[in-house]
Amino acid sequence: MSLNSADIKRIAHLARIEVSDAEADATLTKLTGILGLIEQMQAVDTTGIVPMSHSQDVTQRLRDDVVTETNQRELFQSIAPAVEDGLYLVPKVIE
Amino acid sequence: MEWEVVIGLETHTQLQTKTKIFSGASTEFGSEPNTQACVVSLALPGVLPVLNREAVKCAIKFGLAVNAEIAARSVFARKNYFYPDLPKGYQISQYELPVVGKGSMKIQVGTGDKAYEKVINITRAHLEEDAGKSVHGAQEGMSGIDLNRAGTPLLEIVTEPDMRSAAEAVAYAKKLHDLVQWIGICDGNMQEGSFRCDVNVSVRPKGSDKLGTRREIKNLNSFKFMQQAIEYETQWQIETLEDGGTIQQATVLFNPDSGETRAMRSKEEANDYRYFPDPDLLPLAISENDINTVKTEMPELPEAMKARFEAQYGLAHYDANALTSSRATADYFVATVDTDCDAKLAANWVMGSVSAKLNADDKEISESPISPSALASLIKRIQDGTISNNAAKQVFEAMWAGEGDADSIIESKGLKQVSDTGAIEAIVDEVLAANAAMVEEFKAGKEKAFNALVGQAMKASKGKANPAQVNEILKKKLGA
Repeated sequence: MSLNSADIKRIAHLARIEVSDAEADATLTKLTGILGLIEQMQAVDTTGIVPMSHSQDVTQRLRDDVVTETNQRELFQSIAPAVEDGLYLVPKVIE
Repeated sequence: MEWEVVIGLETHTQLQTKTKIFSGASTEFGSEPNTQACVVSLALPGVLPVLNREAVKCAIKFGLAVNAEIAARSVFARKNYFYPDLPKGYQISQYELPVVGKGSMKIQVGTGDKAYEKVINITRAHLEEDAGKSVHGAQEGMSGIDLNRAGTPLLEIVTEPDMRSAAEAVAYAKKLHDLVQWIGICDGNMQEGSFRCDVNVSVRPKGSDKLGTRREIKNLNSFKFMQQAIEYETQWQIETLEDGGTIQQATVLFNPDSGETRAMRSKEEANDYRYFPDPDLLPLAISENDINTVKTEMPELPEAMKARFEAQYGLAHYDANALTSSRATADYFVATVDTDCDAKLAANWVMGSVSAKLNADDKEISESPISPSALASLIKRIQDGTISNNAAKQVFEAMWAGEGDADSIIESKGLKQVSDTGAIEAIVDEVLAANAAMVEEFKAGKEKAFNALVGQAMKASKGKANPAQVNEILKKKLGA
């Protein structure tokens, strides 16, 4: 799999990261290197091996369904750029 | 050309837990904005999700209810997208390894002679978190964000594209709605968004086995709108294709005012959620033991109860079906029958008078002014011949109006049926004497005259004579 600079721009846009053309070129080289590494790894026969979804061989501990959080709206909203009637305000989004 | 519509559903059910899926913040509906938005809901840096045991239990319950495979090991993944009501920049969901695998549900479509049953296959069901809510128009040029709902546990239930009409899709959605409430994992409140359906619709020439391009109708929160939206969308797709057009895959919204579906402005980048396993969450392990524990807490399921009603009480399939349409109705029926009254009579009363009255008063069965034991005491008075069916209807009305229990109403209204043979004989004798002409007609072979005589006798007894006895005595006296 090979990438071009349009792919880099698109990935950056999806991640909401602003990249200049120079940065995009540098990133292209780095990402292509990473993909090369992955290609190398994909050459290994992994038949019958369960994909690893976490580096530790342990499973999720569960929490009891009990309310432990209290209302700290005032504290949290004291650092928000804009609030009104308890709502966090953000630039208008309409789908 | 004849067309066939193909429909699949994705349903988001909010699970009935006290707290969020990954934090100890309350999930209560309708609180002041952001008062239930904790550090995890707000996605402040450094916070970690901890999975709610109860949410997992709900998923297992659902898996058991639809005979699905429950994954011994399932994995949480990040679904990445940017929207202000999702402050992390990703939704924690499940992708490759969902908690619930393939299962199935049997639905009943239509009524009367045209009714049929169909099996709908469930592809999967997975756990995920709900997003917050955006409030538009709070301030010029700004949107308000309420994160109380962010992190509410959802079970997203996905079907195969098995439905072939709006009626089938609605029947499935209703059945699922009943089922999740039956097993107690979701309150089913559609107005509050506890049960939201996305419907995938495509059309193809009848007989084709290739799927057409689908459009997804988002966020339908009423069965009526679902029916209308699918019907409109199906027609629109057929007309578009017949006019030589093509269908573009799209997400559409239904406008209840116009009755039309309309494509949403496509996001400038096509969906590319870049799913990957969430490194903050370890794989979820569910043991046989966990499943067995949940099994012991499961209520009897509607299908099993239906079969039992047919076998144990000799109820017709249709009746058993109606009585198990909701947990509340089934519970009411069972509580009535548990008092040893006749099950078939009880079934008729629950589906007949009780349900008609509830409909008229717009009440749920749990709000019925007549309790199951009160209904049973009325039914027992029919069984033991104290009152006739007609009188029972009067007693029922009075009980509904809160005038007292069955026995006191029978007493105060003087509705007790006369079953004393001597008294009925006396009445019959009087009637025969006063209606000599009818007696002659009967003897001349006119069967109808017999019924007229029964009517006269019932009238003479002011409706209180036991009709079966009147019949019998009249027959004897007429030598019929």
